[in-house]
Amino acid sequence: MSAGRWLVRAASLAAALGLWQLLTSLDVELWLRFGQFPTVGEVASAFGDRLGTAPYWQDLGYSVRRIVIGFLLAAVLGVAAGTAIARSRWAADLLGPLMEVARPIPAIALVPVAILLLPSNEQGIVFITFTAAFFPVLVSTRHAVRALTPVWEEAVLTMGGGRLRVLFSVVLPGALPGIFGGLSVGIGVAWICVISAEMISGEYGVGYRTWQDYTVVDYPGVFVGMVTIGALGWLTSTAVEFLGRRATAWLPRPPERAPSRAVRRTAAPPAVSSPAPALEKEPVS
Amino acid sequence: MSPTSTASLRQGAELALEDVRLGHHEGQPLPGTVRLRIAPGELVAVLGPSGCGKSTLLRTLAGLLPPLGGQVTQDGSPIGGPAADRALVFQENALLPWRSGRANVELPLTIRRLGREARRNVADGWLERVGLSEHAHKLPRQLSGGQRQRVQLARALAGQPRAVLMDEPFGALDPHTRAGMQDLLVDILRGTGATVVFVTHDVDEALHLGDRIALLPSGEVLTVPHPRQRDARNAPATTGIRRRILTSL
Repeated sequence: MSAGRWLVRAASLAAALGLWQLLTSLDVELWLRFGQFPTVGEVASAFGDRLGTAPYWQDLGYSVRRIVIGFLLAAVLGVAAGTAIARSRWAADLLGPLMEVARPIPAIALVPVAILLLPSNEQGIVFITFTAAFFPVLVSTRHAVRALTPVWEEAVLTMGGGRLRVLFSVVLPGALPGIFGGLSVGIGVAWICVISAEMISGEYGVGYRTWQDYTVVDYPGVFVGMVTIGALGWLTSTAVEFLGRRATAWLPRPPERAPSRAVRRTAAPPAVSSPAPALEKEPVS
Repeated sequence: MSPTSTASLRQGAELALEDVRLGHHEGQPLPGTVRLRIAPGELVAVLGPSGCGKSTLLRTLAGLLPPLGGQVTQDGSPIGGPAADRALVFQENALLPWRSGRANVELPLTIRRLGREARRNVADGWLERVGLSEHAHKLPRQLSGGQRQRVQLARALAGQPRAVLMDEPFGALDPHTRAGMQDLLVDILRGTGATVVFVTHDVDEALHLGDRIALLPSGEVLTVPHPRQRDARNAPATTGIRRRILTSL
């Protein structure tokens, strides 16, 4: 990406922070009330203080561990279940209806289930994180597997490949682009749910700490929590995106688009006349 | 050891369809039955308009589709499913897009559990024969349509099949590339001994490549007077057969 575009991105962020500082330091009260709102400076200094404390890193470690375990479980089981449902009629009949009924239930609504079912809070939070990420992965995998080009499979079958060969040489690599779409969505909802679950039932964790700070009216602390969540979420989804791009490097990618002005200028006058093709293409049956 | 010498040890398969009723891929059975015997090493072109069941016939021979009636056999035994014995070559987009040209050609060899080095040698030998040594590392999308079909030919033959079933393999190519590919096919099949069933809707392609031509849907089988001779294109016997095919279609 060009330096110019990075500059625009940085300027946009800086402008938002500047506006925040302006509104809060002037205690603006125009329907929206910024009187109680911490200023950017207050949040930054609270952040600086927290970074030097052990509890901050302990909370961060807890949240990251929960999300990593929950998300990895969801990735593995979501891909497995999605592939099974797409490839096997038995799996589709056995698992399909169950999944369709369970899917609309928001993961966070499963807190009571987690409390009843699992021996510890910790496992409950991981369970909720897992459930949140599981369904997007499952659904994307199912779609991607069903949309595979049938001739790929036929080619491998006529080379003497069996079911397992088709699975590992055709189905999984071919579905990877779709699977990574699901993983990207999954990591996002996993963060939403891990933070919510921590707020409800956690001991330790960024979500728990953020809610604690709110109950003791430490507003800068709340914002430290929010910024931390934002940064962690951004970091993990970038990692998933990066892995996805690496794993699907074979996909054709459009080149970076030219600035729209240049496009308009060259595209405006239609070609004088397209010469009649010398060779008609054979019709394809 | 060159791929030619290994391949020539094998003999082509004898394929037969006895009163076979074909199912269409959209579930509709096709009218009539097909009776066709293909001798080992023979090249039979299957010619007919779109939707007449050419591809279905080929997939049935490959073992991918069961016939709705009758018997499909290889060397006298019924064909129960797909096997490495009968390679299938498709019209387009049949290469695995995440594998390089070489990795695509190596695939049938991997399935046959050949060692890494042997795989590489055989694949490179075939890629050389189709004139793609320099492009072996490229992904299918980085190759032209004609180059992709060359990789497909190399991939099909690398597995040392006894029969090669081709479903309009040059149908998506422009006429110039197409003629070159026909010549390459004739050249590359030499010495393999493989039986070939070549589906096309192009009369001249069928007349050039085939020893015999099976017409669908009529089921009529004609013998080609001068198979694989470019200069016999306008010979009286060829012209006569062409006229007969055109009236029959």
